[in-house]
Amino acid sequence: MFHLILFLFFGLICVAGAVNLLVQSHPINSALSLIVVMASLAVEYLLLGAEFVAAVQVIVYAGAIMVLFLITIMLLNAGKEERTQGSRVAFLLGIPGVLIGGGLIAWTLVTRSNTVSVPIGALLGDPQQIARLLFRDFLLPFEVTSVLILIAIMGAVVLASKPEAVARGPRKDA
Amino acid sequence: MLSITAFIIISIIKSVAVVFVLLTAVAYSVWLERKVSAHIQNRWGPTRVGPFGLLQPMADGVKFIFKEDLTQPHVYKPLYIAAPIIAVVFAITSIAVIPFGNWVNLGPIAKYGPWGTYLQITDLNIGLLVVLGITSMGVYGVALAGWSSNSKYALLGGLRASAQMISYEVSLGLSLVGVVIQSGSLSLREIVDFQGGTFWHFIPRWNVFHGQTLAFFIYLISAYAETNRTPFDLPEAESELVAGYHTEYSAMKFAMFFMAEYANMVTVSCLATLLFLGGWHGPIFGPPIIQALMPVFWFCLKVFFFMFVYVWVRWTLPRFRYDQLMAFGWKFLLPLAVANIVYTALVVALRAS
Repeated sequence: MFHLILFLFFGLICVAGAVNLLVQSHPINSALSLIVVMASLAVEYLLLGAEFVAAVQVIVYAGAIMVLFLITIMLLNAGKEERTQGSRVAFLLGIPGVLIGGGLIAWTLVTRSNTVSVPIGALLGDPQQIARLLFRDFLLPFEVTSVLILIAIMGAVVLASKPEAVARGPRKDA
Repeated sequence: MLSITAFIIISIIKSVAVVFVLLTAVAYSVWLERKVSAHIQNRWGPTRVGPFGLLQPMADGVKFIFKEDLTQPHVYKPLYIAAPIIAVVFAITSIAVIPFGNWVNLGPIAKYGPWGTYLQITDLNIGLLVVLGITSMGVYGVALAGWSSNSKYALLGGLRASAQMISYEVSLGLSLVGVVIQSGSLSLREIVDFQGGTFWHFIPRWNVFHGQTLAFFIYLISAYAETNRTPFDLPEAESELVAGYHTEYSAMKFAMFFMAEYANMVTVSCLATLLFLGGWHGPIFGPPIIQALMPVFWFCLKVFFFMFVYVWVRWTLPRFRYDQLMAFGWKFLLPLAVANIVYTALVVALRAS
């Protein structure tokens, strides 16, 4: 019972943070609300019993990736965004689109999903279980994903470096 | 077993005691820093307030509280006020999972049968990750302070701090993986239990003597960078940035950054003690009541040792240049930490087969 109350409470915080992320006009405030979303998601994982995933969520997303977001915003010194009325097309197509998409997802989850729902706190989320899944059952997808991320990083390095520097190869004087 | 009321009462007593000890330790590590640095430079340090200047932290505290708390007109107020709070809260929270002693039997005192408690606020089976997660959140205090101050020096300090902290967090985390592989657990208590006993009856089975020597030094170096201490104190390099991210802060808000820095030092020292120096393990002798308290004494002694080394290093080594700092972290420490993981994993796998 107490778990359920906490679960709903942090779910509400999560949604409120997500809404605030869109409403805020300053990029720093938006980034901070995203941190709130990430942190409350971590609490949700914790309440479900997946404590390892919760810790990783905080360390990786809230502690590292969002810091990079923050650094970027600080470096660019991005100011307040201007408020516009928004485009009419987006308004006319967007709201029905969201409604249809949300309805489809809800309908699939309610009627077509055959996953068993797990009671709160009963998820087996200790590190051994996760490791067994990652390094035995889903080893190939896991490794392929890591190679994919490596390629993405290399692509970012190539795109970000100056073209003549790439042509000349690594700097000799550095 | 413990009833729920007894559990709550004991937890409250433990929490209050631990927070009190932590805050006192923070105050007195400032005193230690001033005293040791003075002696290294052939000065006396604080001598006027109390014997050996021992009441100096109290005088400093009173001064901080009664100073004028300036808020510059050009700052972004909500974050300017929140930043020191974030820094200090995340610095203090992680003490909750740090074990500082073994099981203590309260039966003889309470006369209610087999009562007892672990000397630790909570034992989580992901304790190590919790400490890492909480320290990784601490960077927001510094980064936001730098940004919200709306001043060039503070912004540069905040940027430097956040870049440095996430860079060194990688090698810090990786240096701990070897220990985790070896002890097969993420619970700090189990990691310490794994280090009991001795090799050949005189070398303690601490991880630092048990194949993790390299990891220990990687951890120590990264920890210095992580807490923004010399030789990695570029976020507040006085000769370049005035005072870095806390240039615009005064009075108690400045003191909160100060507290956060020293509380982080204490946490990092505790972690080093638990993971590499065997936690509370040490020779135990004497009458029963002393025997019960000896583990806590050994733990505190080891933490004190690390705090002393912190100060010692500060007054021995000069500051790095920023590019040297980044190159050292990414090109030297990180490959070394990865090599340590591969080595440890191979040894453990060979032993198991």
